[in-house]
Amino acid sequence: MSGEVAILGVGLHPWGKWGRNFIEYGLHAARAALADADVEWRDIQFISGGATMRCGYPGYVAGATFAQALGWQGAQVNTSYAACATGSQALAAARNRILSGHCEVALVVGADTTPKGFLAPADGYRPDDPDWARFHLGFTNPTYFALYARRRMALYGATERDFAAVKVKSAAAGCENPNARYRKTVTLEEVLGSPMVADPLRLLNICATSDGGAALVVSSLDYARRHGRHPLVRVAAIACVTPRFANAEVELPDIATDSAVAAEAHSFRASIAAEAYKEANIGPEDLSLAEVYDLSSAMELDWYEHLGLCKSGEAEGLLHSGATCIGGRVPVNPSGGLACFGEAVPAQALAQICELTWQLRGQSGTRQVTGATVGITANQGLFGHGSSVILKR
Amino acid sequence: MSERTRTPAIEGWYTLDEHEPYLIGSRCAACGTYRFPPLGGCCPNPGCAQAMLERVPLSRSGTLWSYTNACYQPPKPYVSPDPFQPFAIAAVALEAERMIVLGQVVTGVGVERLRIGMPMRVVLETLYGDSQSEKVVWKWSPLEETA
Repeated sequence: MSGEVAILGVGLHPWGKWGRNFIEYGLHAARAALADADVEWRDIQFISGGATMRCGYPGYVAGATFAQALGWQGAQVNTSYAACATGSQALAAARNRILSGHCEVALVVGADTTPKGFLAPADGYRPDDPDWARFHLGFTNPTYFALYARRRMALYGATERDFAAVKVKSAAAGCENPNARYRKTVTLEEVLGSPMVADPLRLLNICATSDGGAALVVSSLDYARRHGRHPLVRVAAIACVTPRFANAEVELPDIATDSAVAAEAHSFRASIAAEAYKEANIGPEDLSLAEVYDLSSAMELDWYEHLGLCKSGEAEGLLHSGATCIGGRVPVNPSGGLACFGEAVPAQALAQICELTWQLRGQSGTRQVTGATVGITANQGLFGHGSSVILKR
Repeated sequence: MSERTRTPAIEGWYTLDEHEPYLIGSRCAACGTYRFPPLGGCCPNPGCAQAMLERVPLSRSGTLWSYTNACYQPPKPYVSPDPFQPFAIAAVALEAERMIVLGQVVTGVGVERLRIGMPMRVVLETLYGDSQSEKVVWKWSPLEETA
């Protein structure tokens, strides 16, 4: 058994701040993915939805919500939620069904409608929920991104200009991506002149919250050989891992790290890609490109190291060498990343997979990474959800 | 004028001692692992089978691991003064506990006065309040500020 499944079709609803019902975005993306796969909705045997927590009950049961929107046809249904790693878990559910022989072809959909500004928790007095407690104390998501960024500055001599250069690179890549929300080039001066949000991170260093939708049609390799109309893109690994005790990082939304009195502290983020490499039996040297979760432009530098693209402390050098630009040795976020998309939580990990698929098929136009054969996604959700997916051509 | 009532913003996470306040953690009697906030239940170390954690004071000082600030008003349940006042935030490494604990930085100390590695200690300050009552929280203060 190969343990692999095929990505037969992909589709997105463009990211933006459209203010419409999330179902509309999911439906648009699902229809695009079905058309791309040349598969009829009535032939889908399993639908796997990524849940959203901000759109009421239909969001909690997104799999069924999308199935009803497409028209009930009796498919098996699943809904997954894992914060920012939701899409990877929804895909993993589909892969499990296919590899266990319980279905041949499945649809995976995630979509979100987001409020303006900071994401915020549910109301009440609920100190046992760390997400409530940290907001009560005044710690937003950018607080945590900024603590990591300041740490990079102290450990490795990173500067605000380095962080700004990541944004400049992402904007240059994403400006021609029709699905991106922010499609204009940005200069170092514009980033460095944007308002400070959480020192040392400025507005243009931090990803926005967006509306968007993404979908995949996935199938067994046999089904793909019979029905596929694109170069065969395979899922070689899906890692959905928790941290291992003792996690060295101050993890969103916690108030404190694990205590490393009785166990060695180590990096959660480095373990996420390591697990995916192990499953795919490849290493970072085999990658053609990567799509990483740049919640801040400083965090993209952390990912270079956590993916093993360079050693700790060398990410700024790798960036400035041009290796991670389109045309470089291993382009990172040729889609423009979260810097150009903003985050639509349950759709984002799926959007990363859409980009890899287009890249591996050679369909990315001006963003194309020449000769791409292997790509990785890396992503991390609140409350200890790491995810990383490897695709191969 | 009567004194304002003084209660913790979050119950059970720290003492209200004016002079030597401390954070309350939990600690595993078997392997020595700490936890903050002081949640009950099992030891978080998967290599330890201990079921109960005892409440213990955490170290009152540590070293600054990283820091930032909030330039914009956080959403609820943060309760903001009107107008909003930006504040600094510290992540402080406690040596004995081998853990990092976040907290706001004491009022009047901005990021320009912070440096990674500097000694910090726990103090109490108002998180929010009105003329009748104040909600108190722990904050981190550079050691020289409170010496």
